[in-house]
Amino acid sequence: MKGVLHVAKSVVHDSGKKLNVREIIQEKKKTKSVSNLTEKLIPKILFGIAAISVFTTIGIVLTLLTETIAFFKDVPFIDFFTGTKLKPLGENAVFGVLPLLTGTLISTVIAMLVAIPVGLMTAIFLSEYASERTRKVLKPILEILAGIPTIVYGFFAFTFVTPLLRSFIPGLEPTNILSPGIVMGIMIIPMVASLSEDAMSSVPNAMREGALALGATKLEVTWKVVIPAAISGIIASFVLGISRAIGETMIVAIASGSSKNFTFDVTQSMQTMTAYIVEVTGGEAAAGTTLYYSLYAVAMTLFVFTLIMNLVAQYISRRFREEY
Amino acid sequence: MKYVDAKQVHKKMGSRLLANKLAKALFLMATLFGLVVLVVLIYRVLTAGLPWINMDFLTNRLSTDPGRAGIWGAIMGTFWLMLVVAPVTMILGIGTAIYLEEYATKGRISSFIKTNISNLAGVPSVVFGILGLTVFARALDLGSVVLAGGLTMALLVLPVVVVASQEAIRAVPQFLREASFGMGATKWQTIKNVVLPAALPGILTGVILALSRAIGETAPLVVIGIPALLIPIPDGIFDKFTILPVQIYYWTIDSALVAEYANLAAATIVILLLVLFVMNSIAILIRNKFQKRY
Repeated sequence: MKGVLHVAKSVVHDSGKKLNVREIIQEKKKTKSVSNLTEKLIPKILFGIAAISVFTTIGIVLTLLTETIAFFKDVPFIDFFTGTKLKPLGENAVFGVLPLLTGTLISTVIAMLVAIPVGLMTAIFLSEYASERTRKVLKPILEILAGIPTIVYGFFAFTFVTPLLRSFIPGLEPTNILSPGIVMGIMIIPMVASLSEDAMSSVPNAMREGALALGATKLEVTWKVVIPAAISGIIASFVLGISRAIGETMIVAIASGSSKNFTFDVTQSMQTMTAYIVEVTGGEAAAGTTLYYSLYAVAMTLFVFTLIMNLVAQYISRRFREEY
Repeated sequence: MKYVDAKQVHKKMGSRLLANKLAKALFLMATLFGLVVLVVLIYRVLTAGLPWINMDFLTNRLSTDPGRAGIWGAIMGTFWLMLVVAPVTMILGIGTAIYLEEYATKGRISSFIKTNISNLAGVPSVVFGILGLTVFARALDLGSVVLAGGLTMALLVLPVVVVASQEAIRAVPQFLREASFGMGATKWQTIKNVVLPAALPGILTGVILALSRAIGETAPLVVIGIPALLIPIPDGIFDKFTILPVQIYYWTIDSALVAEYANLAAATIVILLLVLFVMNSIAILIRNKFQKRY
């Protein structure tokens, strides 16, 4: 109150004429119109910023779509998706995507054969068996493993895992799909483990205690109570893992070589869709050639596959979630 | 009728307990598998790379001669790249988060933006590379320079910043906002002076994690077109550049030709991991030190 009086007095003294309260309010309102403007502008600016993420998606889809359509003018749609031969360079270039699809499929299957069992068992151990202290030691290790750049895993696959595997699989080629597949699986373990663990630890303790009170062992509780209750989150983690494996680039680009064989033999060199993109862009394909457009057709295929996987994962975790 | 046959239970008890113990051992082994891989990986990288790290390696330019090759160009490239990525991704990410958490009404538009962001997070990084190549490097005619790479990378890590900032803003308790409104502050004044300062540690942690993701990312920049051997040192955001992970990539694939390149790659990995370690430590430090609990 004292302060206000003081201000009122000083207004009188400073300006030399009398100001009543109404005039002070009028004065205030003038300066307020500036801040009113910012109040109105800021939400619009922020909306514009938020819309950029939407434009990014639109940008991705549009660039892929326009160039893919251009590609299918040169190469018939059917030939692309049923062709077992891919020879992008030279006189008689042939564009069949099946070698890349099998390469992607096989590397993903190998990766998931590693990541699903090890990841799920890790999640079970951390969520059901480990004491609080062990968890506190082990979880950060998984986080470190998840934070290592994929290029480092690629180096590891090429210079360590491949030579190691070659020492007891004699027919293994220096670049092959087996070694990057395994390393990709190792890379995905933390993701599967932490997402599954989240799902399992959100199962209420009352359910575990009910089963334990009936005389079940911990394994039986895990197997018959916790996992069925958390199954939507667990499956979603597998699907996200698959999506990650399909989109993984550097490990396969380094360690699986670049031969475009249509084969199911894991000891051979194969190329995935991602590795093809890296190889073609690395060679600086001239814009406008079929080779250049093939890049977009392959990227589009890759984008659609991973998008479907992500939508499936979202659908599963939303649709089949059990609420407690 | 007896519900529980005591004899049966006793008979089966031993095998059930044994199964439980075996399973526990198996689960523990699976968990330790990750640890073992981590130790082998780090041991492998250190033994191959550490002897090659010295002042010359850090400050020399690239060279085809493994004895003279250095990574100063890649270090400066990474520095300039981050100078583009950090402000762009911060403005976009934090702005989006403020809009979604403070302004957007819970309706179609905001849930559409949210779904869009979570789908964007699942798009493979190599596809972002294609976007960068087509839009930034070719359509805007920037070429494969720092700015094109930085904008691409900023969009790639955007979901990380958005999600972290959203969580941090959501964690600011409602009574702080109400107290500010009660003092006569407007919405934007409240956000600027109350919400953002309170959410800052969480936002910063998210930004640092996003940047450390960007530092290790390789595929989009290889796609944009970074040459394998770039001698000049980048001097601004319109220069051609190379970065640490891309250098690792080229040295690794060329190690089939020159064996020493594998050591150079390993030495570069050591530097890269060191940078990531420092950045993550800072993130954890900020999280632990400045995180307020209400």
